[in-house]
Amino acid sequence: MSKKLVLMMAASACALTLATAPGAQAAGELKIYNWFDYIPQDLLDKFAKEHDVKVTMDTYASNEDLLARLKAGVTGYDVAVPGEYMVAIMLQEGLLEKVEPNRLENFKNVREDMLGVYWDPNREYSIPYQWGSTAFMVDTAVYGGDINTWKVIFDPPAELKGKINMLKEVNEVLNAGLRYLGHPRCNENPEQLKELNDLLIEAKANWLSFNSDGAKEVLVTGDAAAGQIYNGFGMRAREERATLKYAYPKEGYTGWSDNIVVIKGAPNVENAKLFMNFMMDPENAAALTNFARYSAGIKGVEPFLDKALVEAPEVNPPADAPAAEFVPPCPENVVLLYDKIWTNLLK
Amino acid sequence: MAVPLPAGSQQETAAGLSGRDRLLLLAPALLMITVFLILPLGFILVYSFLTKGTYGGVIWEFSTAAYEQFLFERDLFTDELVFHASYLQIYGRSIVQALVATTASLIIGFPTAYYIATRPPSQRNMWVFLITVPYWVNLLIRTVSMLFIVRDEGPLNTALMATGLIDQPIRIAYTDFAIGLGLVYSYLPFMVLPIYAAIERFDFRLLEAGHDLYADRWTILRQIVIPLTRPGIVAGCLLVFIPSLGSFIAPDLLGGGKNLMIGNTIALQFQSSRNWPFGSAAAIILLTLVLIVLVIFARRAQQAAVASGR
Repeated sequence: MSKKLVLMMAASACALTLATAPGAQAAGELKIYNWFDYIPQDLLDKFAKEHDVKVTMDTYASNEDLLARLKAGVTGYDVAVPGEYMVAIMLQEGLLEKVEPNRLENFKNVREDMLGVYWDPNREYSIPYQWGSTAFMVDTAVYGGDINTWKVIFDPPAELKGKINMLKEVNEVLNAGLRYLGHPRCNENPEQLKELNDLLIEAKANWLSFNSDGAKEVLVTGDAAAGQIYNGFGMRAREERATLKYAYPKEGYTGWSDNIVVIKGAPNVENAKLFMNFMMDPENAAALTNFARYSAGIKGVEPFLDKALVEAPEVNPPADAPAAEFVPPCPENVVLLYDKIWTNLLK
Repeated sequence: MAVPLPAGSQQETAAGLSGRDRLLLLAPALLMITVFLILPLGFILVYSFLTKGTYGGVIWEFSTAAYEQFLFERDLFTDELVFHASYLQIYGRSIVQALVATTASLIIGFPTAYYIATRPPSQRNMWVFLITVPYWVNLLIRTVSMLFIVRDEGPLNTALMATGLIDQPIRIAYTDFAIGLGLVYSYLPFMVLPIYAAIERFDFRLLEAGHDLYADRWTILRQIVIPLTRPGIVAGCLLVFIPSLGSFIAPDLLGGGKNLMIGNTIALQFQSSRNWPFGSAAAIILLTLVLIVLVIFARRAQQAAVASGR
């Protein structure tokens, strides 16, 4: 992906860094490494003030970016916000500090369904940040038919041909195809992958573009009339173009769950733990949710949430929709096969 | 770089400086090049011959798998090494795209440079200044702005439709044409400036001499102007071709990211593909291609210089 707007984000992150420094001499520091556009400045200021800590933040654009930079030996960060499968990988790679957030005061606020998760069963390394789903949106002014199926993307009706944007993320695109075909994820079955390969190449003729950070923009401007998107990002798109509708495809869709973790060798472990505790406070979790527009993994946020957010169709799946599927990291040979199919698709 | 610059002043600058002074003056540049260019390139070269780690990074075992992957793949069924052209196709597309951008820049840039160089000296600086104005804005922002202009519901299509010239928006955004447009727009000044520098030094009395000898304008251009400004043209072409070859902002934003270019392919290896050795190998192959082009041009320029007795 496509990580271009990120350069702009990086610039704004530098501005943040300057703005966050409180006037008085801070007792300590906290260096956050977060996704772009994923936390409100007010919240950082509030934390800085409450704990007299100087907060700085840099941003990245994908889980893979985060991993690549940490593997390349970038140090100095205290906390990061990896997705669930990336927590699993980082744990395996020994990149996380065992800070036992389950002993923190506010840990009692964590939702039950965010405990016992596969990537950190006892929550000894991570706490929930935001969670949501990845499916797609369709402009109902362009196409009025049933949108709750991947058929809209892989075998589109005439109205949508040439007006579809895909995320530039190998796993999202390939998993969507596998769901449409009814084949399992993390697949290494040659016949099924062949079928997937053929499906993607045929479908690509009907697609407009592959764009992740522009996934909202391309829908809002009307360049695309359908596009893969994360649900909260989709909500922000709908607020700018009311005819966009988030689909809950019957074949299934991806669920994801971002986490706050402490990086191995973090210089300010105690402040990082304070930050974890701070972010598990319902009011703060709600402030984050109101900004990011996904869902909190914390109980008791409802009184502080925007009304529009509580009722938004993007975070409230209809009763007949399947549950979002969390896909664990695939084994190395599958990553290689996926890479081949992806390169072949985009060559 | 081996770009033949139209200067003949080396002798004067070297004169009067002892070897030690010269070394001291060179030291900062040499240090920068060693630390920030030679050293990282060395890393890339070494990494390209190592084994990939499961989640990125490398394992310190010698391997040529990365270079093998460029041309061959293991068959899904039989595990045999078979030739495949995916990466060659990507490199081929990038080269064609860069050549098209270079040609278009030359066609636009040469007359522009000629125009500027033939203005009165007092005006020339203003023209050169105007050429560089777009560079005050970040490349990313310029590329995004272009996308806004050419998109289906953007001002260009809206205006054309309002005049009644077209009744359907022309699809420009997310096409190869848009990529070319973006590349030309980004790198045009790199073409104009060296050519301008060359034409500015051109002795225009030679044009009069040509006319006196009954040469028509086309002949004068071919036989006099182009040969004498060739170093500037070559420099301009290289300065456009090389960054176009490795560009990935324009293909990703304007082309919609539907087709990989060399730059995206390399970036991908360090992200979701988690194959650092292959990313390094792909970068080394690109570097080699660029070096070959440079060497060919440098040789040519040398031969031309010898042939014309300079």
